[in-house]
Amino acid sequence: MTGRDGKAIALHGGVIAALFALNFVLPEYHHGVLARVLVLAVFAMGYNLLFGYAGLLSLGHAMFFAAGLYGAGLPMYHFGWGVLAAFLSGLSAATILAFVIGMLALRTKGVAFMIVTMMFAQVGYLLVYYFGSWTRGDEGLVIQQHARAIEIGATTLDLTEPTTRYMTALFLFSVVLLVTFALVRSSFGRVLIAIRENEERTRMLGYDTFANKLVAMVASGAICGAAGAAYLILFGYVGSTFASIQYSILPLLWVLLGGASTTLGPLVGTVLMFYLIDGSGDLLKTYAPGWNISHLGIVGAALIILVLFFPKGILGTIRDRWARWLP
Amino acid sequence: MAFGPHLILATLEGLVTSAVLALMALGLSLVFGVMRVVNVAHGEFYMLGAVLAWAIASAFGGHPSIGFLAALVISPLIVGGVALVADRLVLKRLDYNPEATIVATIGLLYILQQVALTFYGPEARPVQAPFTYRVSLPWFGYSGYKLAVIGASILLLLATWFVLSRTRIGMIMRATQYDSETAQAFGIPVGRVYTGVFAVGAMLAAVAAVLIVPISQAHYLMGRDPLLLSFIVVIIGGLGSLRGTVVAALLIGVSDGIISVFFSPTLAKIIATFVVAMVLVFRPQGLFGTAAR
Amino acid sequence: MTSSIFGKKISRRSTLKGLGAAATGIVAGPGFVRYAQAQSSAPIKIGFQAHRTGIGAAYGRWYEKTTNAAIKAINDAGGINGRMVEVIVEDDGTDPGRGAEIVGKFATQYKVDVAYGTLFSHVVIGSAPVAGEMKLPYFVVSEGHHVASTKLNRYVFQPGITDVKSQIQAMAPWISAYAGKKVTQIFPDFAFGYDHRDYLPPALKAQGADVIAQIAIPPTESSFTKYFPQIPADTDVIYHVMVGPAVLTFVKELGEFYGGSGPKLFGFIDSLEAVDINSPGLEFLNGSHFWEGAPRYAQDNDTDAMKAYRAAVGIDENGASVDDPKDVSTAAHMFGCWETLYVIKKAMENADYKGPEDRGKLVEATEALTEFAEGPEHPQGPKTFNGKIHQCFGIQNISVVEDGKLKVVHKTTIEDGLYEPEGDYTTQPL
Repeated sequence: MTGRDGKAIALHGGVIAALFALNFVLPEYHHGVLARVLVLAVFAMGYNLLFGYAGLLSLGHAMFFAAGLYGAGLPMYHFGWGVLAAFLSGLSAATILAFVIGMLALRTKGVAFMIVTMMFAQVGYLLVYYFGSWTRGDEGLVIQQHARAIEIGATTLDLTEPTTRYMTALFLFSVVLLVTFALVRSSFGRVLIAIRENEERTRMLGYDTFANKLVAMVASGAICGAAGAAYLILFGYVGSTFASIQYSILPLLWVLLGGASTTLGPLVGTVLMFYLIDGSGDLLKTYAPGWNISHLGIVGAALIILVLFFPKGILGTIRDRWARWLP
Repeated sequence: MAFGPHLILATLEGLVTSAVLALMALGLSLVFGVMRVVNVAHGEFYMLGAVLAWAIASAFGGHPSIGFLAALVISPLIVGGVALVADRLVLKRLDYNPEATIVATIGLLYILQQVALTFYGPEARPVQAPFTYRVSLPWFGYSGYKLAVIGASILLLLATWFVLSRTRIGMIMRATQYDSETAQAFGIPVGRVYTGVFAVGAMLAAVAAVLIVPISQAHYLMGRDPLLLSFIVVIIGGLGSLRGTVVAALLIGVSDGIISVFFSPTLAKIIATFVVAMVLVFRPQGLFGTAAR
Repeated sequence: MTSSIFGKKISRRSTLKGLGAAATGIVAGPGFVRYAQAQSSAPIKIGFQAHRTGIGAAYGRWYEKTTNAAIKAINDAGGINGRMVEVIVEDDGTDPGRGAEIVGKFATQYKVDVAYGTLFSHVVIGSAPVAGEMKLPYFVVSEGHHVASTKLNRYVFQPGITDVKSQIQAMAPWISAYAGKKVTQIFPDFAFGYDHRDYLPPALKAQGADVIAQIAIPPTESSFTKYFPQIPADTDVIYHVMVGPAVLTFVKELGEFYGGSGPKLFGFIDSLEAVDINSPGLEFLNGSHFWEGAPRYAQDNDTDAMKAYRAAVGIDENGASVDDPKDVSTAAHMFGCWETLYVIKKAMENADYKGPEDRGKLVEATEALTEFAEGPEHPQGPKTFNGKIHQCFGIQNISVVEDGKLKVVHKTTIEDGLYEPEGDYTTQPL
């Protein structure tokens, strides 16, 4: 058991250290890409907590990401809030929303849960338009560069500067990675897995499955909200696209690709999917110039191939075959 | 405009929406009822039906009704074929696992969209109605073709009902829906029934699309909103209940028309979606359905 | 002016400029020699953020055709500062998230000199922060008011097409004088519609006319008849700006609703870009009026420059592709691509632009531009440019649908569309 723990802790520390080291060696383009991908990987980790561990497949997680984006972005844009206050605002907005949605949606199961979450997310998407005078609907809002900085005493931490931005994203990523790592190995994490495997039996054993699922939902929503708030602060834009169904499907795809219910799967899935999309654009341009296949076409094909041939994703398959200790 | 005529117009519009919605949602409901598969790509079968209708109608010369009728026959057949292939290549291999099939049909949705974009293009293209006749009412004019769509939809719904409740095929389908394992034991080829049902579900969406395409145009992104509406209808009507589906389509279609008389349209959509989500939360069997199993 | 002059004249001037640029490099000192030579042979790279897929794909395709035609013309005439121009196209899927990633890719992977070409407002606004942070000049052809609102940043420009606020304001005098005093607006309930909702009423008021009803249609709507009873009976003009694929339905249903009678119609052609005006069901548009940036159909009084531009892009007298008469162009907007590329060229020449380290100079040189004369480089017409708000202002066309064609009946003046600047980008640091 301890050897297993040791390996897992070493692996997570190693990943964070490697990401830190990459800051100094990556070419400019990939450095910028990775900063973005780390934030999106946080989104995927939040999704994975609910989907991978508790076994609840939501089709509406865009609403939590968007709650973080708008929760942070609207006060920054309209009231000139600072970065930290805005981040907390986005985080709380998503957390509260996740609690309310959890109370309602967790009354349903399976397919009904998928559709209910999708409907609530659609309501959220339309609300962005309804409050168009505040959100500017699809056009969205830009947060000016000078507002995206933290003043600490006399020094200013400019979050738009590439290295600072990368380190901020890495910091958030590391915190969330370690929190999920601790969470899934705690007794709470084991209850979630038990619920996933057999909810009825878990309840018979005396666990309040609803309460445990609700906690998972709130934690998941909070993490996705943190990702949304960070995305806004680091990249400076919010628009209704991020509340659309597409952004509910992307985290599902990332998690499926990397491996559901593995702590590092979301990162692996997000990185690979980004480069798959980015690279496929170049490939298509070279070999099929007349074809209009957007990144969504690649997403579609990836989804089908994954679910048909690698339902456990990359790290899930590795765990099954070679590394049983992988968390 | 006075309130009375306004209401008449809203109701007429609602009926047209209902007519098309009922056909499309029936396909979704059938697939869910028999196979327990939520087909997220259903909207893309609808889109494909419309796009093919344009291709077929523009290949025929002469009177617009020739091209339209050809489209009404050929387009659903092709779409059914596509669905058949998708079932064999993907869904069957997933053993119709409900959650895996949702993910797979999301994938299918994106692929069909991109294929349409590549081969059909990004433009919205109209198909000429088989006839143009403007019904002049005292207060406003109304398209005669739209009234014909309502009639055609009723005929198709009756035909579907007849097949399901009065024929051997319908009995086999109902048996599979009721208990697929027992049906298998009694020698019903459940696999083939599933494939058939999936194809028929897609064909219903395609028929709905061919009927609508002279009213609204074929476009490669047109599948999304009808898909959401169909979901709403199927949920309200009770997952897998055919009678409920038709009643719910009427309710949703007509109320969509009438709500927009009183509310800001965007708010109306928000309220409708929210209410439906709440129905699913508190009454998962739907308003009209028997308990979903 | 003929098209042969069009080629030669620019060629000579550009070559001279190119020589001049090389000479300056050599004189500047030994450290610069190698550099200047390397630069003078390498092409200037323009990153073209194109809507190849997604909701903007119909526009994107024509933006790409126009861009290719303009680049060919520029290169045939000797390029920019004596260097050839190379366009690197990336599809943004008409998605602001992907759009931002692509501008980042242009700046750091391809290391382009400028980014260019975007149309849809949400993609422009979503990508603008990246352009500002990377200090990459970003030239958009969007017609949105976002650039001129000064809510973006110093690196974003719109020098090739008038913004929508100005367009709306320029329409008001004509609407009030020739169409009617009581106007009902129908617009989509998202940002493109908000511009019309907010800017038309004050502009009409100034002309003594009124907006008597505003009907916002939700973004997910696909049928419209049920909204028509909300149009007040005493409406003189319906002002419609529906966009997206549902617009054909909209017009058709309007026709069914009113039949031969009903208020006059005035609309923005945005609704019907890339759509054949003679499509079945659009008969109702006969006699109605449209805003057009550049006319879709060839007009009797077209200048030689306009004729040359249309020939270069490859559209026939009906504004459709010369290869396929069914393939209708987005003529009212795509001229902006052509003109923007010539503005980039001019600014680069004025700044004596050599490479990415001169981007600040390029921004200042662009801001220093004040007017563009009508001619081969600006076939749509003359324009003024306000460097403080990074926006150009040109003339607008009002056309009537007649015999299945759009015929220009009125051209506004540049002054019709001028408004008080809302801010000043030049005060922002470079």
